[in-house]
Amino acid sequence: MIVFRDVSKIYQIGDTEVHALDHANINIQDGEFVSIIGPSGSGKSTMMNIIGCLDMADSGLYLLDGQPIEDYSESELAKVRSKKIGFIFQSFNLIGNLTAEENVELPMIYQRIPKAERKRRVDEALKKVKLSGREKHKPNELSGGQQQRVAIARAIASRPSLFLTDEPTGNLDSATGREIMALFHELHAQGNTIVLITHDESIAKQASRSIHILDGKVVDSGEVTS
Amino acid sequence: MIRQSVKMAWKSITSNKMRSFLTMLGIIIGVLALVVLVSLVSGATTSVTDQISSMGTNMIQVSVTDDKDNPLKLADIQALMDDDEIASAAPIAQTTATAYYSATSEEESAAVYGTTGAYADIMGLELYSGRFLKGTDIDNHTNVVVINAGFAETILGGMNVVGETVKLNGVEYQIVGVLASDDSDTSTIETYEAYMPYTSLVRLTDSVSLEISSFYVSASSEDTLELAEDAVTEVLLARFSEDEDAFTIINQSTIMEAMESVTNTMALLLGGIAGISLLVGGIGIMNIMLVSVTERTREIGIRKAIGAGRAVIMMQFLIEALMLSLMGCAIGIFLSWVTLQIIAAVGGDSMTYSISMNVVWIAVSFSIFIGVVFGIYPANKAAKKKPIDALRYIG
Repeated sequence: MIVFRDVSKIYQIGDTEVHALDHANINIQDGEFVSIIGPSGSGKSTMMNIIGCLDMADSGLYLLDGQPIEDYSESELAKVRSKKIGFIFQSFNLIGNLTAEENVELPMIYQRIPKAERKRRVDEALKKVKLSGREKHKPNELSGGQQQRVAIARAIASRPSLFLTDEPTGNLDSATGREIMALFHELHAQGNTIVLITHDESIAKQASRSIHILDGKVVDSGEVTS
Repeated sequence: MIRQSVKMAWKSITSNKMRSFLTMLGIIIGVLALVVLVSLVSGATTSVTDQISSMGTNMIQVSVTDDKDNPLKLADIQALMDDDEIASAAPIAQTTATAYYSATSEEESAAVYGTTGAYADIMGLELYSGRFLKGTDIDNHTNVVVINAGFAETILGGMNVVGETVKLNGVEYQIVGVLASDDSDTSTIETYEAYMPYTSLVRLTDSVSLEISSFYVSASSEDTLELAEDAVTEVLLARFSEDEDAFTIINQSTIMEAMESVTNTMALLLGGIAGISLLVGGIGIMNIMLVSVTERTREIGIRKAIGAGRAVIMMQFLIEALMLSLMGCAIGIFLSWVTLQIIAAVGGDSMTYSISMNVVWIAVSFSIFIGVVFGIYPANKAAKKKPIDALRYIG
């Protein structure tokens, strides 16, 4: 469960202050598939960084699973990322000198999961993204779609409470993009929480709900007000 | 976790082999210099101390520097032997003479010593054939010589030469004895030495007179060496109006001590120079680690995003620096071993050039020290990177 209460983030660029987030309020329930949509510069990347505990808000309250992520030390943030967040980036962000299975295994090493369990989960996750047989390939030996599937497998294997993905289809052709989106639907159907950040309306519409942001403000939370 | 970090460090070292090797080269050269130089010095020290101790540890050498117009005579040296603590005493004087042997027409410059029969006992000289000098030779200043193996082999062309006559500075001397050669001491065959009665040497050269300025004394056993030294000191003080500066007494241990202090200084000096080159190697590691941290900024960002904490990133880079320096150290030690084998094979049979374990441990611990010291700054720099900045980095 993700809750933002009046979250603001201000960047200082030269003499001018840029309000990347301006008193933003959002609610995302467990098991939801939510997209965050806005044009470039709207503050959606900042929002993702804060949700993903890569960055901290300047003011306001951020609750992740009911826990306030405030005044956390760097190593505590690393622990939260390790346990709760599965990132899937636009540019895949695999480590180049590690093979597909080693990339998938890496977050579990940081979680100190025993080797046998890691091996089991790697196989399971790679099977799920239909990459069995490519375990020993390095990222540069895989196509873009395959690399993104390795990245998704990496997120799946670490069993996060939240899949956080930033333009996952941005670097892929439309057919491959559809395959990747199908994977997200599958994950959602299995009960996972997914937050997808995009500027592409057609991608955003595939989520159950879209949060629109503009100039750091939430203009439409997509929630049905009753 | 450490095993994983080691695996990752190994991956990144092997993924850039040439650069890793060049980085290690500084450490390799430093360790090579340290181990080889220190091993050479300690090898030389061992062989020299062996030679010194082979001369016997129960003798002292006395030099008279100021005889107060009351010089020691042969009879005085003889009288020293009456003391219970003193086993033998022999005067010694040396000159250089041209040795000529008519049968072989060989002409060489030889060291000629004038002494008495007691000299052979004090020095533990062994005869190959014939006899050493006798009391009657001294009393009658007969023209006899005892020669060493080098003299016999080179100038007379063989060891069985007792009874032959050799010319020293044109004067004929009969050879009455030949000293045995000693395999462990190359000086017995590489130098030309002749021993003759002290009295005969006085006649051969003007530089030696019957006034004795140098002599050897041996104690009855090693334990009584100090007592013998005291006895000699007492006699000489009485003779030279209680002037301690009129003579000097040198025993084995003082020579050994002087020798050791010289070689220790040498080892420290050479070790220090090698240590500096190791330090330079360490700076090389730091340099390349800094480059590597910058190059892998994005990788650090990814690792942090998927849950690596500061400590993990720090550990990874620190272990990488440590591995570089330890691998360099291992290669350096191996190359030192090869180098010392080659030196031993080509050069001296007289010296033992083996790696001393002490210097190996010094090299290993110094390499670890350097790996940590020069790895910590880059590792810390990597660990401190903010994940969003690192992810945004375009390398």
